Amino acid sequence: MFVNQFLFLAAILFCIGVYGVVARKNAVLVLMSIELILNSVNINLLTFSLRNGSTDGHTFALYIIAVAAAEVGVGLGLVLLVYRNKRSISVDDLSEMSG
Amino acid sequence: MIAQNIGFWIIALVMIVGALRVVTTNNVVHAALWLVVVLAGAAAQYILLAAEFVAITQVLVYIGAVMVLFLFGTMLTRARIGAESDLNNSYKKWGIPVAGAMFAAMGIALVNSFGKEKLPDTAPVVTTQQISDQIFGPYLLPFWALSFVLLAAVVGAIVLARKD
Repeated sequence: MFVNQFLFLAAILFCIGVYGVVARKNAVLVLMSIELILNSVNINLLTFSLRNGSTDGHTFALYIIAVAAAEVGVGLGLVLLVYRNKRSISVDDLSEMSG
Repeated sequence: MIAQNIGFWIIALVMIVGALRVVTTNNVVHAALWLVVVLAGAAAQYILLAAEFVAITQVLVYIGAVMVLFLFGTMLTRARIGAESDLNNSYKKWGIPVAGAMFAAMGIALVNSFGKEKLPDTAPVVTTQQISDQIFGPYLLPFWALSFVLLAAVVGAIVLARKD
């Protein structure tokens, strides 16, 4: 197996995730796209871990999984709060911060 | 090696199709279910990369916990069951050149850096004990920091979502 086949898979998933973050308006779907991006990073870390014969990548991947879980928890809490206040979770409606 | 290659390409194809459906479907619940396909495929790729412990953690945390959070999120924000038309931005066509340019840059960098380099055929098995030696040895301080991040996230999520 080539190193590049895993790295290209991760790159494709990363770019699809970036497209989702740009194109989606629903806040829950934006969070899902961010999960795609984080997963592609994990694939990269484990590929390099296997290539270099070290276990550091495994540790980083586990830490990323934990951070992603925390991020989703807080993110969905924010989405619920926005929904309760505005009756909508479209990120385009949140324009109070723009002058 | 050949069997692993065939497995890789099948899983990679399923993952890419699933990821495309996540960002293009008009139904929030369907997007969550396609995301399950992508995450399960990622777990399978981790096993191909000789990382069993990370793969099992992926299944437990992502497919078990995070997906339940997503489905609860869609339920509590009263997403309609069925297709919705109002999920995409008006400027979504700009996402394609952005993603395409990023992929071109990354692709050029990857081809130049790794070309035809191969992964080692026989990888040493990474045991769970080695991973825990790493976490509780050189990476102990990040582990503590991560514990506080998780605690803060739990408390923060409760404070945010609580009705006053």
